[in-house]
Amino acid sequence: MIRQALILLRKDLLLELRGREALPAMLLLAGTTMVVLHFALGQRSVTGGTAAGCLWVTLLFSATLGINRLFVAEQEEGGLDAVLLTPVERTAILLAKATTLFIFMVALELVIVPAFALLLLGPDLLPTLGGLIPTLLLVDLAIAAVGALVGAIAVQSRIRDLLAPLLALPLLLPALIAGAKSAELLFAAAGPAPIPGRWPLMLALYALVFGLLGVALYDYLLDD
Amino acid sequence: MTDAPTVHGRGLKRLAIATTLTLGTAFALVFFWTPNELDQGFVQKIFYVHVPMAIVALCGFTAGGIFGFMQLRTGKRVWDMRSYVSIHLSLMLATGTLITGSIWAKAAWGHWWVWDEPVLVSFLIVFLLYACYQPLRFSIEDPERQARAASVFAVVAGAFVPLNFAAVRLAEAYTHPRTLGTTTGGMPGTMLFTFLLALLGMTLLFVTLWKYEMASKNARMKLASVKRRIENEIAQGGAA
Repeated sequence: MIRQALILLRKDLLLELRGREALPAMLLLAGTTMVVLHFALGQRSVTGGTAAGCLWVTLLFSATLGINRLFVAEQEEGGLDAVLLTPVERTAILLAKATTLFIFMVALELVIVPAFALLLLGPDLLPTLGGLIPTLLLVDLAIAAVGALVGAIAVQSRIRDLLAPLLALPLLLPALIAGAKSAELLFAAAGPAPIPGRWPLMLALYALVFGLLGVALYDYLLDD
Repeated sequence: MTDAPTVHGRGLKRLAIATTLTLGTAFALVFFWTPNELDQGFVQKIFYVHVPMAIVALCGFTAGGIFGFMQLRTGKRVWDMRSYVSIHLSLMLATGTLITGSIWAKAAWGHWWVWDEPVLVSFLIVFLLYACYQPLRFSIEDPERQARAASVFAVVAGAFVPLNFAAVRLAEAYTHPRTLGTTTGGMPGTMLFTFLLALLGMTLLFVTLWKYEMASKNARMKLASVKRRIENEIAQGGAA
């Protein structure tokens, strides 16, 4: 199954490398969101809760774009039927899709987090990295688990592009809460404060629950 | 599925009468029997509508998830119908909950909406998520696919509800009355009795409406199939 997932993952990443459909759009949206936030808030730099909010809004909006694109190739080119015709396990498809989204998010953050530090963030980024990187990775896991599930639900419908963000945003809110509470402490004006254990724990649990839901439900979603 | 209408329609009349009596009595008690709460006065009485609606809506969403799970397990369309009707009715109750909650918040705290209020915020998030159920459902034409996607959504959203409540509660300060936790102990007997009666009435209302809509949906489906058969027969008769 891992081998099947790796083959599918390679296909998705290759498609993205050649077509460049999702990531550039995600990057552009994230960049634009930061400019919008600068003018909407009317502030040159942000700290604490506002900084955390700006970062997560930017990342979450870009994530919905990524979730939207996750199944586009499959749907528009009829690739999904081809994949389903092969004796591949549904869980392998889920794993491949979730990993694709995870990689998209990490790639996005590699560019966007430094850009955020340059453009908007008040406090220095470097001392926060120790807490920020694990938090980002955990949120990415949650986004990957929820996104792979939502993408597969939305792709069934005629209004896929409308539904994916509408479904994904409320489902990701608990992850956003945990992420924002952690980042708020990290971006505090007085310097990063330690994060209480319940937030990373909640993020991990959230990713786990949605991962399991995906494993249980993918069989029914992609079954024709 | 041929006997489904009789199953869903059975006892509907008695149930409707029981619902009217229970809810009517409960509301009469609310106005004429229960004391005015010292702190909030008359406004607090909205509690007898607001809290039962919220509880029944959340139970209805959960039931929708369980029915959805049954649909996925058995592949029978009737489970999907049950899930759909549950969620659809709960969505209406949830709208009512948000409106009455807002009125209560205005009277009790002076604002229509209070953000540092975990129950309110969680409920709004759950409402926003379930509001996507119908757009999702009706944008899928193939009935089999529709039933499956809607059921998967019902299961996912059903699992999301408790997680979401836990997450929001962890994040916010406490101001909402702990309806079922601490207050029950401090609630006078008259209030508790009336509240439980209102809750029972609201549950009965939900069950009645649910059965009614199921019976009507089944009847409509049966009618459509009978019509189709007659049309076929006429067409064949015409050909012969």
